[in-house]
Amino acid sequence: MKTQKIGAWIAILFGATYFILPLIATFEFSLRMRRGEYSFDAYRSVFTDSQFQESFTYSIIMAVLTIVFGVLLIVPTAYWVRLRLPQFRPVMEFVTLLPLVIPAIVIVFGYLRLYNSSSWIPFTGSTRGTDLLLMFSFMTLSLPYMYRSVDTAMRTIDVNTLTEAAQSLGAPWRTILFRCIFPNVMSGVLSGAFITFAIVIGEFTMPSLLNRPAFGPYLQLIGANRAYEPPALAIIAFAITWFSIGILQFLSRFNKARPAKP
Amino acid sequence: MQGIVGTMTASSSTTLLNRKRLTDWVGVAPFTLFAVMFLIAPTLYLVTGAFMNAEGQPTLENIAGLFTPKILASYSISLKISLASAFGGALVGFFLAWAVVLGGVPSWIRSAIMTFSGVASNFAGVPLAFAFLATLGRTGLVTIILRDWFGFNLYATGFNLLSFFGLTLTYMYFQIPLMVLIITPALDGLKKEWREAAEMLGASTFQYWTRVALPILFPSILGTFLLLFANAFGAIATAYSLTGSTFNIVPIQLYAQIRGDVLHNPNLGYALALGMIVITGLSNLIYIWMRIRAERWQK
Repeated sequence: MKTQKIGAWIAILFGATYFILPLIATFEFSLRMRRGEYSFDAYRSVFTDSQFQESFTYSIIMAVLTIVFGVLLIVPTAYWVRLRLPQFRPVMEFVTLLPLVIPAIVIVFGYLRLYNSSSWIPFTGSTRGTDLLLMFSFMTLSLPYMYRSVDTAMRTIDVNTLTEAAQSLGAPWRTILFRCIFPNVMSGVLSGAFITFAIVIGEFTMPSLLNRPAFGPYLQLIGANRAYEPPALAIIAFAITWFSIGILQFLSRFNKARPAKP
Repeated sequence: MQGIVGTMTASSSTTLLNRKRLTDWVGVAPFTLFAVMFLIAPTLYLVTGAFMNAEGQPTLENIAGLFTPKILASYSISLKISLASAFGGALVGFFLAWAVVLGGVPSWIRSAIMTFSGVASNFAGVPLAFAFLATLGRTGLVTIILRDWFGFNLYATGFNLLSFFGLTLTYMYFQIPLMVLIITPALDGLKKEWREAAEMLGASTFQYWTRVALPILFPSILGTFLLLFANAFGAIATAYSLTGSTFNIVPIQLYAQIRGDVLHNPNLGYALALGMIVITGLSNLIYIWMRIRAERWQK
Protein backbone atom coordinates (compact mmCIF):
# COMPACT_ATOMS: atom_id res chain seq x y z
CA MET A 1 0.00 0.00 0.00
CA LYS A 2 2.79 2.39 0.96
CA THR A 3 4.78 1.84 -2.23
CA GLN A 4 1.59 2.35 -4.19
CA LYS A 5 1.14 5.80 -2.68
CA ILE A 6 4.75 6.75 -3.37
CA GLY A 7 4.37 5.54 -6.96
CA ALA A 8 1.22 7.60 -7.37
CA TRP A 9 2.95 10.74 -6.14
CA ILE A 10 5.90 10.14 -8.45
CA ALA A 11 3.51 9.78 -11.40
CA ILE A 12 1.71 12.98 -10.45
CA LEU A 13 4.92 14.93 -9.90
CA PHE A 14 6.25 13.74 -13.25
CA GLY A 15 3.01 14.68 -15.00
CA ALA A 16 2.79 18.05 -13.28
CA THR A 17 6.37 18.90 -14.28
CA TYR A 18 5.78 17.93 -17.90
CA PHE A 19 2.58 19.96 -18.07
CA ILE A 20 3.45 23.03 -16.04
CA LEU A 21 7.02 23.58 -17.20
CA PRO A 22 6.08 24.56 -20.79
CA LEU A 23 3.50 26.99 -19.46
CA ILE A 24 6.04 28.66 -17.16
CA ALA A 25 8.63 28.69 -19.93
CA THR A 26 6.18 30.18 -22.40
CA PHE A 27 5.16 32.89 -19.96
CA GLU A 28 8.77 33.66 -19.10
CA PHE A 29 9.69 33.85 -22.77
CA SER A 30 6.80 36.19 -23.51
CA LEU A 31 8.17 38.65 -20.92
CA ARG A 32 11.68 38.79 -22.43
CA MET A 33 11.00 41.33 -25.19
CA ARG A 34 12.77 44.21 -23.45
CA ARG A 35 16.46 43.45 -23.09
CA GLY A 36 17.64 42.76 -19.55
CA GLU A 37 14.30 43.06 -17.77
CA TYR A 38 10.86 41.49 -17.78
CA SER A 39 8.01 43.46 -19.34
CA PHE A 40 4.62 42.98 -20.90
CA ASP A 41 5.80 44.62 -24.13
CA ALA A 42 5.04 41.52 -26.20
CA TYR A 43 1.42 41.56 -25.03
CA ARG A 44 1.16 45.29 -25.77
CA SER A 45 2.59 44.64 -29.21
CA VAL A 46 0.07 41.83 -29.80
CA PHE A 47 -2.96 43.75 -28.60
CA THR A 48 -2.15 46.86 -30.61
CA ASP A 49 -1.53 44.86 -33.79
CA SER A 50 -4.44 45.62 -36.10
CA GLN A 51 -4.06 42.21 -37.75
CA PHE A 52 -4.53 40.56 -34.36
CA GLN A 53 -7.69 42.54 -33.73
CA GLU A 54 -9.06 41.81 -37.20
CA SER A 55 -8.31 38.09 -37.25
CA PHE A 56 -9.50 37.62 -33.68
CA THR A 57 -12.76 39.47 -34.40
CA TYR A 58 -13.20 37.46 -37.57
CA SER A 59 -12.76 34.17 -35.70
CA ILE A 60 -15.13 35.22 -32.92
CA ILE A 61 -17.82 36.15 -35.45
CA MET A 62 -17.27 32.83 -37.23
CA ALA A 63 -17.47 30.98 -33.90
CA VAL A 64 -20.77 32.67 -32.99
CA LEU A 65 -22.25 31.97 -36.43
CA THR A 66 -21.05 28.35 -36.28
CA ILE A 67 -22.63 27.91 -32.86
CA VAL A 68 -25.96 29.50 -33.88
CA PHE A 69 -26.33 27.51 -37.09
CA GLY A 70 -24.92 24.36 -35.53
CA VAL A 71 -27.46 24.52 -32.71
CA LEU A 72 -30.30 25.26 -35.13
CA LEU A 73 -29.33 22.20 -37.14
CA ILE A 74 -28.50 19.77 -34.36
CA VAL A 75 -31.15 20.41 -31.69
CA PRO A 76 -34.22 19.99 -33.94
CA THR A 77 -32.64 16.97 -35.62
CA ALA A 78 -31.68 15.28 -32.35
CA TYR A 79 -35.16 16.02 -31.00
CA TRP A 80 -36.86 14.67 -34.08
CA VAL A 81 -34.78 11.52 -34.11
CA ARG A 82 -35.58 10.85 -30.44
CA LEU A 83 -39.28 11.52 -30.99
CA ARG A 84 -40.00 9.95 -34.35
CA LEU A 85 -37.08 8.16 -35.91
CA PRO A 86 -35.26 6.15 -33.27
CA GLN A 87 -34.19 3.78 -36.03
CA PHE A 88 -32.17 6.68 -37.48
CA ARG A 89 -30.12 7.05 -34.29
CA PRO A 90 -27.31 4.65 -35.24
CA VAL A 91 -26.91 6.57 -38.51
CA MET A 92 -26.68 9.84 -36.59
CA GLU A 93 -24.14 8.34 -34.21
CA PHE A 94 -22.04 7.13 -37.11
CA VAL A 95 -22.23 10.29 -39.21
CA THR A 96 -21.45 12.57 -36.28
CA LEU A 97 -18.37 10.46 -35.53
CA LEU A 98 -17.01 10.83 -39.07
CA PRO A 99 -15.32 14.22 -38.53
CA LEU A 100 -13.13 12.53 -35.92
CA VAL A 101 -12.23 9.78 -38.38
CA ILE A 102 -11.62 11.82 -41.53
CA PRO A 103 -8.78 14.30 -40.95
CA ALA A 104 -9.79 17.96 -41.31
CA ILE A 105 -7.25 18.47 -44.07
CA VAL A 106 -8.87 15.74 -46.14
CA ILE A 107 -12.35 17.23 -45.70
CA VAL A 108 -11.23 20.70 -46.76
CA PHE A 109 -9.37 19.19 -49.72
CA GLY A 110 -12.68 17.71 -50.83
CA TYR A 111 -14.39 21.11 -50.45
CA LEU A 112 -11.78 22.81 -52.60
CA ARG A 113 -12.31 20.29 -55.37
CA LEU A 114 -16.08 20.06 -55.09
CA TYR A 115 -17.00 23.71 -54.52
CA ASN A 116 -14.42 25.63 -56.57
CA SER A 117 -15.41 28.52 -58.78
CA SER A 118 -16.03 26.32 -61.81
CA SER A 119 -18.25 23.77 -60.06
CA TRP A 120 -22.02 23.47 -59.64
CA ILE A 121 -22.04 25.22 -56.29
CA PRO A 122 -19.18 27.73 -56.49
CA PHE A 123 -18.76 28.50 -52.77
CA THR A 124 -15.16 29.59 -53.20
CA GLY A 125 -16.05 31.87 -56.12
CA SER A 126 -16.73 34.82 -53.82
CA THR A 127 -15.50 36.04 -50.43
CA ARG A 128 -18.90 35.71 -48.78
CA GLY A 129 -19.34 32.28 -50.31
CA THR A 130 -15.97 31.18 -48.90
CA ASP A 131 -16.97 32.52 -45.49
CA LEU A 132 -20.13 30.47 -45.71
CA LEU A 133 -18.18 27.36 -46.70
CA LEU A 134 -15.76 28.00 -43.82
CA MET A 135 -18.68 28.22 -41.42
CA PHE A 136 -20.03 24.92 -42.71
CA SER A 137 -16.59 23.38 -42.32
CA PHE A 138 -16.47 24.55 -38.69
CA MET A 139 -19.94 23.11 -38.16
CA THR A 140 -18.62 19.81 -39.51
CA LEU A 141 -15.64 19.89 -37.13
CA SER A 142 -17.85 20.61 -34.12
CA LEU A 143 -20.49 18.04 -35.11
CA PRO A 144 -19.22 15.19 -32.87
CA TYR A 145 -19.12 17.38 -29.77
CA MET A 146 -22.30 19.34 -30.45
CA TYR A 147 -24.40 16.27 -31.21
CA ARG A 148 -23.12 14.31 -28.23
CA SER A 149 -23.66 17.07 -25.67
CA VAL A 150 -27.15 17.86 -26.99
CA ASP A 151 -28.09 14.19 -27.16
CA THR A 152 -26.83 13.59 -23.61
CA ALA A 153 -28.92 16.51 -22.35
CA MET A 154 -31.94 15.20 -24.25
CA ARG A 155 -31.57 11.84 -22.57
CA THR A 156 -32.37 13.45 -19.20
CA ILE A 157 -35.74 14.81 -20.36
CA ASP A 158 -38.75 12.85 -21.52
CA VAL A 159 -39.14 14.20 -25.04
CA ASN A 160 -42.35 12.31 -25.80
CA THR A 161 -44.25 13.42 -22.71
CA LEU A 162 -43.13 17.02 -23.10
CA THR A 163 -44.26 17.05 -26.72
CA GLU A 164 -47.61 15.46 -25.99
CA ALA A 165 -48.23 17.84 -23.09
CA ALA A 166 -47.40 20.86 -25.24
CA GLN A 167 -49.49 19.57 -28.13
CA SER A 168 -52.52 18.89 -25.98
CA LEU A 169 -52.29 22.51 -24.82
CA GLY A 170 -52.43 23.53 -28.47
CA ALA A 171 -48.81 24.59 -28.98
CA PRO A 172 -47.55 24.71 -32.58
CA TRP A 173 -44.27 22.97 -33.49
CA ARG A 174 -42.26 26.17 -33.25
CA THR A 175 -43.43 26.79 -29.70
CA ILE A 176 -42.72 23.20 -28.70
CA LEU A 177 -39.21 23.38 -30.09
CA PHE A 178 -38.18 26.82 -28.87
CA ARG A 179 -40.09 27.12 -25.60
CA CYS A 180 -40.16 23.50 -24.41
CA ILE A 181 -37.24 21.58 -25.83
CA PHE A 182 -34.54 24.27 -26.12
CA PRO A 183 -34.75 25.51 -22.51
CA ASN A 184 -34.61 21.92 -21.28
CA VAL A 185 -31.47 21.01 -23.19
CA MET A 186 -29.79 24.37 -22.61
CA SER A 187 -26.95 22.88 -20.55
CA GLY A 188 -26.10 20.53 -23.42
CA VAL A 189 -26.36 23.33 -25.96
CA LEU A 190 -24.01 25.48 -23.89
CA SER A 191 -21.49 22.64 -23.46
CA GLY A 192 -21.49 22.13 -27.21
CA ALA A 193 -21.22 25.87 -27.76
CA PHE A 194 -18.10 26.31 -25.63
CA ILE A 195 -16.22 23.41 -27.14
CA THR A 196 -17.19 24.70 -30.60
CA PHE A 197 -15.83 28.09 -29.59
CA ALA A 198 -12.51 26.59 -28.52
CA ILE A 199 -12.25 24.59 -31.77
CA VAL A 200 -13.12 27.46 -34.10
CA ILE A 201 -10.78 30.00 -32.45
CA GLY A 202 -7.75 27.74 -32.75
CA GLU A 203 -8.43 26.04 -36.09
CA PHE A 204 -5.61 26.46 -38.56
CA THR A 205 -6.06 24.02 -41.44
CA MET A 206 -9.47 25.01 -42.76
CA PRO A 207 -9.18 28.82 -42.84
CA SER A 208 -5.61 28.56 -44.06
CA LEU A 209 -6.51 26.42 -47.07
CA LEU A 210 -9.65 28.47 -47.76
CA ASN A 211 -7.51 31.62 -47.54
CA ARG A 212 -9.57 33.44 -44.96
CA PRO A 213 -7.99 35.77 -42.36
CA ALA A 214 -8.83 33.79 -39.23
CA PHE A 215 -6.94 33.65 -35.93
CA GLY A 216 -5.27 30.28 -36.58
CA PRO A 217 -3.45 31.32 -39.78
CA TYR A 218 -2.55 34.63 -38.12
CA LEU A 219 -0.88 32.73 -35.27
CA GLN A 220 1.10 30.69 -37.75
CA LEU A 221 2.18 33.82 -39.65
CA ILE A 222 3.36 35.55 -36.46
CA GLY A 223 5.16 32.39 -35.40
CA ALA A 224 7.14 32.39 -38.62
CA ASN A 225 8.12 36.07 -38.40
CA ARG A 226 8.40 37.24 -34.80
CA ALA A 227 10.25 36.11 -31.68
CA TYR A 228 8.44 37.28 -28.55
CA GLU A 229 4.86 37.70 -29.72
CA PRO A 230 4.28 33.95 -30.34
CA PRO A 231 4.68 32.92 -26.68
CA ALA A 232 2.45 35.82 -25.65
CA LEU A 233 -0.13 34.57 -28.14
CA ALA A 234 0.27 31.02 -26.83
CA ILE A 235 -0.53 32.27 -23.32
CA ILE A 236 -3.58 34.13 -24.65
CA ALA A 237 -4.72 31.05 -26.58
CA PHE A 238 -4.24 28.88 -23.50
CA ALA A 239 -6.34 31.33 -21.46
CA ILE A 240 -9.11 31.16 -24.08
CA THR A 241 -9.03 27.34 -24.07
CA TRP A 242 -9.02 27.31 -20.27
CA PHE A 243 -11.98 29.69 -20.22
CA SER A 244 -14.07 27.67 -22.70
CA ILE A 245 -13.27 24.24 -21.29
CA GLY A 246 -13.55 25.46 -17.69
CA ILE A 247 -17.10 26.65 -18.32
CA LEU A 248 -17.83 23.43 -20.20
CA GLN A 249 -16.76 21.29 -17.25
CA PHE A 250 -18.67 23.46 -14.83
CA LEU A 251 -21.76 22.94 -16.99
CA SER A 252 -21.30 19.19 -17.28
CA ARG A 253 -20.99 18.89 -13.51
CA PHE A 254 -24.23 20.85 -13.22
CA ASN A 255 -25.72 18.48 -15.75
CA LYS A 256 -24.81 15.40 -13.75
CA ALA A 257 -26.20 16.84 -10.53
CA ARG A 258 -29.71 16.61 -11.90
CA PRO A 259 -31.46 13.27 -11.50
CA ALA A 260 -31.38 11.39 -14.78
CA LYS A 261 -34.69 10.07 -16.01
CA PRO A 262 -34.79 7.12 -18.36
CA MET B 1 -31.97 -1.48 -23.72
CA GLN B 2 -32.38 2.25 -24.14
CA GLY B 3 -32.94 1.71 -27.87
CA ILE B 4 -35.73 -0.79 -27.35
CA VAL B 5 -37.57 1.38 -24.85
CA GLY B 6 -37.13 4.36 -27.17
CA THR B 7 -38.56 2.44 -30.11
CA MET B 8 -41.58 1.32 -28.14
CA THR B 9 -42.52 4.75 -26.81
CA ALA B 10 -41.88 6.35 -30.17
CA SER B 11 -44.05 3.91 -32.08
CA SER B 12 -46.88 4.28 -29.59
CA SER B 13 -46.71 8.06 -29.87
CA THR B 14 -46.65 7.75 -33.66
CA THR B 15 -50.04 6.11 -33.59
CA LEU B 16 -51.17 8.54 -30.90
CA LEU B 17 -50.21 11.62 -32.88
CA ASN B 18 -51.33 9.91 -36.08
CA ARG B 19 -48.84 11.31 -38.58
CA LYS B 20 -47.60 9.77 -41.77
CA ARG B 21 -44.24 8.03 -41.82
CA LEU B 22 -43.04 10.08 -44.77
CA THR B 23 -43.15 13.34 -42.83
CA ASP B 24 -40.97 11.70 -40.21
CA TRP B 25 -38.16 11.45 -42.73
CA VAL B 26 -38.62 15.05 -43.85
CA GLY B 27 -37.59 16.07 -40.32
CA VAL B 28 -34.07 14.73 -40.80
CA ALA B 29 -33.73 16.10 -44.32
CA PRO B 30 -31.75 19.26 -43.35
CA PHE B 31 -29.23 17.22 -41.40
CA THR B 32 -28.96 14.62 -44.14
CA LEU B 33 -28.41 17.34 -46.74
CA PHE B 34 -25.74 18.93 -44.55
CA ALA B 35 -23.97 15.63 -43.93
CA VAL B 36 -24.01 14.68 -47.62
CA MET B 37 -22.82 18.09 -48.83
CA PHE B 38 -20.10 18.79 -46.31
CA LEU B 39 -18.94 15.40 -45.13
CA ILE B 40 -19.84 12.52 -47.38
CA ALA B 41 -19.72 13.98 -50.88
CA PRO B 42 -16.29 15.69 -50.45
CA THR B 43 -14.82 12.48 -49.04
CA LEU B 44 -16.34 10.29 -51.74
CA TYR B 45 -15.10 12.71 -54.39
CA LEU B 46 -11.52 12.25 -53.19
CA VAL B 47 -11.90 8.49 -52.77
CA THR B 48 -13.23 8.00 -56.29
CA GLY B 49 -10.70 10.50 -57.64
CA ALA B 50 -7.94 8.35 -56.22
CA PHE B 51 -8.97 5.56 -58.59
CA MET B 52 -9.16 7.74 -61.69
CA ASN B 53 -6.68 9.36 -64.02
CA ALA B 54 -6.86 12.98 -65.19
CA GLU B 55 -9.23 11.98 -68.02
CA GLY B 56 -11.66 10.35 -65.61
CA GLN B 57 -10.93 6.75 -66.56
CA PRO B 58 -10.56 4.15 -63.83
CA THR B 59 -6.97 3.31 -62.95
CA LEU B 60 -4.82 2.00 -60.12
CA GLU B 61 -1.87 4.15 -61.15
CA ASN B 62 -2.43 6.71 -58.39
CA ILE B 63 -2.38 4.05 -55.71
CA ALA B 64 0.75 2.61 -57.27
CA GLY B 65 2.14 6.15 -57.35
CA LEU B 66 2.05 6.22 -53.56
CA PHE B 67 4.83 3.65 -53.50
CA THR B 68 7.58 6.08 -54.38
CA PRO B 69 10.45 6.61 -51.92
CA LYS B 70 9.39 10.17 -51.03
CA ILE B 71 5.76 9.41 -50.29
CA LEU B 72 6.57 6.14 -48.53
CA ALA B 73 9.08 8.02 -46.39
CA SER B 74 6.44 10.56 -45.38
CA TYR B 75 3.97 7.82 -44.46
CA SER B 76 6.68 6.05 -42.52
CA ILE B 77 7.70 9.13 -40.50
CA SER B 78 4.02 9.98 -39.89
CA LEU B 79 3.32 6.45 -38.69
CA LYS B 80 6.38 6.49 -36.45
CA ILE B 81 5.50 9.81 -34.81
CA SER B 82 1.86 8.84 -34.37
CA LEU B 83 2.76 5.44 -32.91
CA ALA B 84 5.44 6.85 -30.61
CA SER B 85 3.32 9.74 -29.32
CA ALA B 86 0.31 7.45 -28.89
CA PHE B 87 2.43 4.90 -27.03
CA GLY B 88 4.07 7.51 -24.81
CA GLY B 89 0.75 9.25 -24.23
CA ALA B 90 -1.00 6.01 -23.38
CA LEU B 91 1.76 4.87 -21.02
CA VAL B 92 2.16 8.12 -19.07
CA GLY B 93 -1.57 8.79 -19.21
CA PHE B 94 -2.32 5.36 -17.81
CA PHE B 95 0.00 5.85 -14.83
CA LEU B 96 -1.44 9.30 -14.17
CA ALA B 97 -4.99 7.94 -14.29
CA TRP B 98 -3.94 5.03 -12.07
CA ALA B 99 -2.39 7.48 -9.61
CA VAL B 100 -5.55 9.57 -9.27
CA VAL B 101 -7.96 6.63 -9.16
CA LEU B 102 -6.12 3.99 -7.14
CA GLY B 103 -3.10 5.81 -5.73
CA GLY B 104 -4.91 7.15 -2.70
CA VAL B 105 -4.09 10.80 -3.37
CA PRO B 106 -6.36 13.60 -2.09
CA SER B 107 -9.51 14.13 -4.14
CA TRP B 108 -8.68 17.74 -5.02
CA ILE B 109 -5.69 16.45 -6.99
CA ARG B 110 -7.99 14.22 -8.96
CA SER B 111 -10.37 17.03 -9.89
CA ALA B 112 -7.45 19.36 -10.67
CA ILE B 113 -5.88 16.79 -13.00
CA MET B 114 -9.19 16.00 -14.69
CA THR B 115 -9.94 19.70 -15.29
CA PHE B 116 -6.43 20.33 -16.55
CA SER B 117 -6.66 17.31 -18.85
CA GLY B 118 -9.85 18.71 -20.36
CA VAL B 119 -8.03 21.94 -21.15
CA ALA B 120 -4.70 20.45 -22.28
CA SER B 121 -6.29 17.87 -24.58
CA ASN B 122 -7.78 20.82 -26.45
CA PHE B 123 -4.60 22.88 -26.32
CA ALA B 124 -3.10 21.80 -29.61
CA GLY B 125 -2.29 23.36 -32.91
CA VAL B 126 -0.15 26.43 -33.44
CA PRO B 127 0.00 27.72 -29.81
CA LEU B 128 1.33 24.35 -28.63
CA ALA B 129 4.21 24.68 -31.05
CA PHE B 130 4.98 28.14 -29.63
CA ALA B 131 4.92 26.80 -26.09
CA PHE B 132 7.43 24.07 -26.88
CA LEU B 133 9.69 26.42 -28.80
CA ALA B 134 9.72 28.67 -25.73
CA THR B 135 10.54 25.65 -23.56
CA LEU B 136 12.94 23.46 -25.51
CA GLY B 137 13.87 25.64 -28.47
CA ARG B 138 17.43 26.91 -28.82
CA THR B 139 16.71 29.85 -26.49
CA GLY B 140 13.94 28.12 -24.55
CA LEU B 141 13.82 28.29 -20.77
CA VAL B 142 14.68 24.65 -20.12
CA THR B 143 17.51 24.70 -22.66
CA ILE B 144 18.98 27.81 -20.98
CA ILE B 145 18.56 26.50 -17.44
CA LEU B 146 20.25 23.23 -18.37
CA ARG B 147 23.11 25.12 -19.98
CA ASP B 148 23.65 27.84 -17.34
CA TRP B 149 22.90 25.92 -14.16
CA PHE B 150 23.99 22.41 -15.01
CA GLY B 151 26.49 23.08 -17.77
CA PHE B 152 24.55 20.68 -19.99
CA ASN B 153 24.22 21.67 -23.63
CA LEU B 154 21.05 19.99 -24.82
CA TYR B 155 21.58 20.77 -28.48
CA ALA B 156 25.13 19.36 -28.40
CA THR B 157 23.62 15.92 -27.72
CA GLY B 158 21.93 16.04 -31.10
CA PHE B 159 18.55 16.93 -29.65
CA ASN B 160 16.40 19.02 -31.92
CA LEU B 161 12.82 20.08 -31.31
CA LEU B 162 12.24 19.98 -35.06
CA SER B 163 12.81 16.26 -35.26
CA PHE B 164 11.05 12.96 -34.71
CA PHE B 165 11.80 13.00 -30.99
CA GLY B 166 10.94 16.68 -30.53
CA LEU B 167 7.64 16.37 -32.34
CA THR B 168 6.73 13.23 -30.39
CA LEU B 169 7.46 15.03 -27.11
CA THR B 170 5.28 17.94 -28.23
CA TYR B 171 2.37 15.76 -29.36
CA MET B 172 2.36 14.02 -25.99
CA TYR B 173 1.18 17.29 -24.47
CA PHE B 174 -2.31 16.63 -25.86
CA GLN B 175 -2.03 12.83 -26.02
CA ILE B 176 -1.46 12.23 -22.28
CA PRO B 177 -4.51 14.27 -21.16
CA LEU B 178 -6.69 12.54 -23.73
CA MET B 179 -5.59 9.15 -22.38
CA VAL B 180 -6.29 10.30 -18.81
CA LEU B 181 -9.78 11.49 -19.76
CA ILE B 182 -10.74 8.28 -21.54
CA ILE B 183 -9.07 5.67 -19.32
CA THR B 184 -10.12 7.09 -15.91
CA PRO B 185 -13.73 5.81 -16.21
CA ALA B 186 -12.36 2.36 -17.10
CA LEU B 187 -10.14 2.35 -14.00
CA ASP B 188 -13.09 3.53 -11.93
CA GLY B 189 -14.93 0.49 -13.25
CA LEU B 190 -12.44 -1.94 -11.69
CA LYS B 191 -14.48 -3.41 -8.87
CA LYS B 192 -13.01 -3.70 -5.40
CA GLU B 193 -14.47 -7.19 -5.15
CA TRP B 194 -12.25 -8.45 -7.97
CA ARG B 195 -9.16 -7.37 -6.09
CA GLU B 196 -10.42 -8.82 -2.82
CA ALA B 197 -11.33 -12.08 -4.49
CA ALA B 198 -7.89 -12.29 -6.07
CA GLU B 199 -6.19 -11.53 -2.77
CA MET B 200 -8.24 -14.10 -0.93
CA LEU B 201 -7.15 -16.70 -3.42
CA GLY B 202 -3.56 -15.75 -2.60
CA ALA B 203 -2.71 -13.57 -5.58
CA SER B 204 0.07 -11.02 -5.26
CA THR B 205 -0.40 -7.44 -6.49
CA PHE B 206 1.60 -8.34 -9.59
CA GLN B 207 -0.58 -11.38 -10.27
CA TYR B 208 -3.75 -9.35 -9.74
CA TRP B 209 -2.64 -6.77 -12.31
CA THR B 210 -1.34 -9.20 -14.92
CA ARG B 211 -4.08 -11.82 -14.57
CA VAL B 212 -7.18 -9.77 -13.66
CA ALA B 213 -6.98 -6.01 -14.05
CA LEU B 214 -4.95 -5.63 -17.22
CA PRO B 215 -6.88 -8.27 -19.21
CA ILE B 216 -10.10 -6.45 -18.29
CA LEU B 217 -8.60 -3.07 -19.15
CA PHE B 218 -6.87 -4.31 -22.29
CA PRO B 219 -9.67 -3.41 -24.77
CA SER B 220 -9.94 0.06 -23.25
CA ILE B 221 -6.20 0.64 -23.35
CA LEU B 222 -5.72 -0.66 -26.88
CA GLY B 223 -8.82 1.21 -28.09
CA THR B 224 -7.65 4.49 -26.61
CA PHE B 225 -4.18 3.91 -28.00
CA LEU B 226 -5.68 3.66 -31.50
CA LEU B 227 -7.72 6.80 -30.93
CA LEU B 228 -4.57 8.66 -29.89
CA PHE B 229 -2.80 7.27 -32.92
CA ALA B 230 -5.48 8.53 -35.32
CA ASN B 231 -5.52 11.84 -33.47
CA ALA B 232 -1.80 12.37 -34.04
CA PHE B 233 -1.89 11.07 -37.59
CA GLY B 234 -4.36 13.70 -38.80
CA ALA B 235 -2.79 16.61 -36.90
CA ILE B 236 -1.00 19.21 -38.96
CA ALA B 237 -1.00 22.65 -37.31
CA THR B 238 1.53 21.88 -34.57
CA ALA B 239 4.02 20.22 -36.89
CA TYR B 240 3.57 22.85 -39.58
CA SER B 241 4.25 25.78 -37.29
CA LEU B 242 7.12 23.98 -35.55
CA THR B 243 8.95 22.90 -38.65
CA GLY B 244 7.45 24.78 -41.58
CA SER B 245 7.07 22.59 -44.62
CA THR B 246 10.50 21.00 -44.16
CA PHE B 247 9.31 18.07 -42.10
CA ASN B 248 7.70 15.56 -44.42
CA ILE B 249 4.81 14.05 -42.49
CA VAL B 250 1.80 13.07 -44.62
CA PRO B 251 -0.56 15.92 -43.58
CA ILE B 252 2.14 18.50 -44.39
CA GLN B 253 2.79 16.86 -47.74
CA LEU B 254 -0.94 16.90 -48.47
CA TYR B 255 -1.07 20.55 -47.39
CA ALA B 256 1.70 21.43 -49.82
CA GLN B 257 -0.04 19.43 -52.53
CA ILE B 258 -3.35 21.29 -52.00
CA ARG B 259 -1.51 24.61 -51.98
CA GLY B 260 0.54 24.10 -55.10
CA ASP B 261 0.24 20.65 -56.63
CA VAL B 262 3.80 19.73 -55.67
CA LEU B 263 3.23 16.15 -56.84
CA HIS B 264 2.29 17.45 -60.31
CA ASN B 265 -0.70 15.14 -60.40
CA PRO B 266 -3.97 16.13 -58.68
CA ASN B 267 -5.18 12.54 -58.63
CA LEU B 268 -2.06 11.42 -56.79
CA GLY B 269 -3.10 13.99 -54.15
CA TYR B 270 -6.45 12.18 -53.86
CA ALA B 271 -4.59 8.91 -53.33
CA LEU B 272 -2.53 10.58 -50.60
CA ALA B 273 -5.78 11.65 -48.90
CA LEU B 274 -7.24 8.17 -49.36
CA GLY B 275 -4.23 6.70 -47.61
CA MET B 276 -4.88 8.97 -44.63
CA ILE B 277 -8.57 8.05 -44.50
CA VAL B 278 -7.76 4.35 -44.64
CA ILE B 279 -5.26 4.59 -41.78
CA THR B 280 -7.36 6.79 -39.45
CA GLY B 281 -10.51 4.91 -40.47
CA LEU B 282 -9.05 1.51 -39.63
CA SER B 283 -7.74 2.61 -36.25
CA ASN B 284 -11.08 4.23 -35.40
CA LEU B 285 -12.97 1.10 -36.45
CA ILE B 286 -10.87 -1.07 -34.17
CA TYR B 287 -11.29 1.57 -31.45
CA ILE B 288 -15.09 1.36 -31.66
CA TRP B 289 -14.97 -2.43 -31.72
CA MET B 290 -12.68 -2.45 -28.65
CA ARG B 291 -14.99 -0.01 -26.89
CA ILE B 292 -17.96 -2.30 -27.34
CA ARG B 293 -15.90 -5.15 -25.88
CA ALA B 294 -14.74 -2.97 -22.99
CA GLU B 295 -18.27 -1.92 -22.10
CA ARG B 296 -19.12 -5.48 -21.10
CA TRP B 297 -17.23 -4.84 -17.88
CA GLN B 298 -18.48 -1.34 -17.23
CA LYS B 299 -21.91 -1.98 -15.79
